Amino acid sequence: MSDLLLELFSEEIPARMQAQAAADLKKLVTDALVERGLTYEAAAAFVTPRRLALQIVGLPTRQPDRREERKGPKLGAPEAAVQGFLKSAGLASLDEARIDTDKKGGQFYVAVIEREGAATLDVLAEILPAVIRAFPWPKSMRWGVHSADPNCLRWVRPLHSIVATFGPETEDPEIVPFEIGGVKAGNVTYGHRFMAPQPIKVRRFDDYLPALDRAKVVLDPARRRDIILHDCKDLAFAQGLELVDDEGLLQEVAGLVEWPVVLMGEFDASFLDIPGEVIRATIRANQKCFVLRDPATGKLANKFLLVSNILASDGGRQIAAGNGRVVRARLSDALYFWKTDQAPLPDFSEQGKPLDQRLARLRALDIVFHANLGTQGARVDRVVALARELAPLVGADLEKAARAAELAKADLVTEVVGEFPEVQGLMGRRYAEMQGEDPEVAAAIEDHYKPQGPNDRIPTAPVSIAVALADKLDTLVGFWAIDEKPTGSKDPFALRRAALGVIRLILENGLKVKLGHLSDLAINKGLQFSYSLKLADDQIAGEAKIHSYKSNRNKNFTYSFPTELTEREIISKMRLDAMGAVKAPLIADLLAFFADRLKIDLRDRGARHDLLEAVFALPGQDDLNMIVKRVEALDKFLATEDGASLLAGYKRAANILKAEEKKDGAEAFEAHPQANLRIEPQEHALAAALDRADREAAEKLAAEDFDGALHALSKLRAPVDAFFDHVTVNAENPDLRQNRLRLLAQLRRAMHLVADFSKVGGA
Amino acid sequence: MTGPIPQTDATPKSSALDPNKSFQGLILTLQQFWAQQGAVILQPYDMEVGAGTFHPATTLRSLGKKPWKAAYVQPSRRPKDGRYGENPNRLQHYYQFQVILKPSPDDLQNLYLDSLKAIGVDSALHDIRFVEDDWESPTLGAWGLGWECWCDGMEVSQFTYFQQVAGVECAPVSGELTYGLERLAMYVQGVENVYDLNFNGLDGEARISYGDVFLQAEQEYSRHNFEAANVEKLFGDFSRAEAECNALLAFGEKGDDGRHQMALPAYDQCIKASHAFNLLDARGVISVTERQSYILRVRELAKACGAAWLKTEGGGA
Repeated sequence: MSDLLLELFSEEIPARMQAQAAADLKKLVTDALVERGLTYEAAAAFVTPRRLALQIVGLPTRQPDRREERKGPKLGAPEAAVQGFLKSAGLASLDEARIDTDKKGGQFYVAVIEREGAATLDVLAEILPAVIRAFPWPKSMRWGVHSADPNCLRWVRPLHSIVATFGPETEDPEIVPFEIGGVKAGNVTYGHRFMAPQPIKVRRFDDYLPALDRAKVVLDPARRRDIILHDCKDLAFAQGLELVDDEGLLQEVAGLVEWPVVLMGEFDASFLDIPGEVIRATIRANQKCFVLRDPATGKLANKFLLVSNILASDGGRQIAAGNGRVVRARLSDALYFWKTDQAPLPDFSEQGKPLDQRLARLRALDIVFHANLGTQGARVDRVVALARELAPLVGADLEKAARAAELAKADLVTEVVGEFPEVQGLMGRRYAEMQGEDPEVAAAIEDHYKPQGPNDRIPTAPVSIAVALADKLDTLVGFWAIDEKPTGSKDPFALRRAALGVIRLILENGLKVKLGHLSDLAINKGLQFSYSLKLADDQIAGEAKIHSYKSNRNKNFTYSFPTELTEREIISKMRLDAMGAVKAPLIADLLAFFADRLKIDLRDRGARHDLLEAVFALPGQDDLNMIVKRVEALDKFLATEDGASLLAGYKRAANILKAEEKKDGAEAFEAHPQANLRIEPQEHALAAALDRADREAAEKLAAEDFDGALHALSKLRAPVDAFFDHVTVNAENPDLRQNRLRLLAQLRRAMHLVADFSKVGGA
Repeated sequence: MTGPIPQTDATPKSSALDPNKSFQGLILTLQQFWAQQGAVILQPYDMEVGAGTFHPATTLRSLGKKPWKAAYVQPSRRPKDGRYGENPNRLQHYYQFQVILKPSPDDLQNLYLDSLKAIGVDSALHDIRFVEDDWESPTLGAWGLGWECWCDGMEVSQFTYFQQVAGVECAPVSGELTYGLERLAMYVQGVENVYDLNFNGLDGEARISYGDVFLQAEQEYSRHNFEAANVEKLFGDFSRAEAECNALLAFGEKGDDGRHQMALPAYDQCIKASHAFNLLDARGVISVTERQSYILRVRELAKACGAAWLKTEGGGA
């Protein structure tokens, strides 16, 4: 058994590409080895800003020999076929082929090809350059003299050297012989760019890793991350502070250094007037530094942590001081933006308060939201109008909802959000508070973007809910109307997230609303502000009808059908019909999308897939909270003995019906069973129980009491069991048979009032 | 702690030429360093440009097979960045030190680090980092991969391997280094306001600061860029430059040996159009949608000039 060590040493690899590159390198090389019959015991890939490394342990030194039999033509086949066979099998003449006999006694040639396995070293020499040449970097480049050749090697940044050694643990490994892009594989690497740049001769991973460590390179990104996190926490603790966790930044910073050294910097406390989120965004985005907070107050401290790449000869004093100066300059900018946003806006200073002036500017700029959905200004108008309609449905104050919707996007043209888009909404809230908006309005400005992801906070204040729903529904309906739906992995407008947001807002707040109705309201706003060419076309068709009606009327053409409608009503109905024709398929499609998202969401949260299907199979399911309650009630019911047993009875009935419907036709037994055809007591009992359960279940359902409805059904268990124990369904007498099947069909119908039990698995 | 970086033995004795003490000393040191690397030290291009990249010594010389090494200071104008002299970091006119090496040498990163050493940035004391920054110039139809170079968290240079310029694949690839001179000088002088930079490296009465040289200009040009520049005239400038560029390109095609005879004068007009656009942008008279179309128009000029250049001797034809 032998081990491979591969290191690709280059100029600085972008941090965001490193993890994927390590995973790709491992997969590509190991896949290629396995494909060639070379299995291995273990493989691990590592990455630093300057190197991609791969270790594969336990590879055989040779490929296994391979024996292959290839069936050839029949004896006496035409010469051309024989020649083709010889050529493809690499035989000199038919004498080298074996003759086999098939089942029918026909004789044919078989070539036996023995292939000796190649040395793994040679296989590696073939695989490694191929993997390097076709490496899937998100972006790659050419460099140096070789770049004049259009077929030159591309790499993420210039590739300088390659270590590729292969051999058993006990001996000096061999160098895998290959050369690519003018770089010859060898056994020499280099240490830290500044602290140990000398060449280092390596043999295998066992000495490579400690040699790098001595040369101030921590090869494993997970270890660098841990060192950084540990040192950050230590330094913070020593100052009585707490690190503000930031896993994304931690990963990124671990990809920017080979030898992490955490240092603390400082900025003037007067900058703490700037909102903490802006300070954090500034320091994070521009300087890739961590911020700290005072554990007692939760407020940011005027200190930050930076991660340098060297152990400086002065202990890092100058590095910390330099970073401090840059942070101060950046915070000065942020402070300037923050103050500017609160001041009157030139040219718009007559347009009300600061945020209103920004809104006026947003409108004046005519910023396009989407080519087919109009400007940001038009979008604001739609969302305001929709929020007004949604407010009473969610118990929100109408005027507050409208005001929040109006100001919700105004911060997009503020300086701070221009610089740090991630604080949109939050800044709007801050500025709204400062200009004396109602607290509910201010909160809604921030919260209308929420929830952004599955773990985000879900707004609970009615005004926030109204605006959050309005914003998301407007987006969904708009993109649906212009047919820009998500496909496969593509969802450029984050519509799945918007739909999930709507779902979670409704579920978590227990909102008594119907999605179909909400979508309809949103579409009406879209039509009112007419954003869609496609919709406009359909509307034009409707207007044309109205036009022709009017012109016929003007010519005294009388309609032959009797009508009590006035002309106004006729025209209004035509208009509604035209809109309906546009809206109906759109809403149906959007509801199906919502249903899919809801299923995924509920499944992720542990709901049984089959129960979801059973409930969604019922018609007109657009009250999300009812759907969830129904699924929960069903789950609870099936866990009881009555439930499980009734399900078994239902399945038995459904199976019999399915078999008999094949003979008699799909709807053959849907008529109500006849009392005069019952001869067994168990039939009478079941019929009576069914009539009762039917009625009761329907009553409970009307009251949205699913537990009650299921309880009513559960009373069927005993009569159903008794029926199956004593009654032969497929009686010889055809009338009896038909009546008994009708009884079972009635049972099926009763059960389907609550859910389509045929979708329920188990039992 | 926040003071200037200590002088090393390699730096000149006279503070007037000391890259750590004088702005001009920094420029002279960089020029000397790159001259020793065999680069042609050029003077600034005599036109208004937004960045050192616009200089034909970079844009056009990076096209074609002929090797090329040059370094120069380029005053750069970004009308929109004017702050009336009130912002300590932002200027509408500033200096870039530009190095272009074709083909990119294998030890370009080390050369760059050596140049930092020459101006007194000690890599044992300072945290120098190459942080991903892919460069793209939509107006020049150019892009490349590289980094922004950080010194203790401050971006002091841009480092780019040109992949495409004027819509043409670079073959071979050039390496481009752009030093932000004011930033770098602020760093090595330990100054937090650009106007406080020591320009001539002298003290007392003899001291000339960056503010002495440029503050008034920043104030006047900010007024000009944002308030006064005549919009009608600028629109006219843009169209005339565009028309002239196309006319010169057509004229240059007349050569009977297949070579182009007027790539450089045509490219000047492309630069003019670009600057007129930048001023119009600062005046806020170009809407979002129009903006894109103006950028495309400049790019078309740049591409046509690049194609013409490839048909000249300098372009390797």
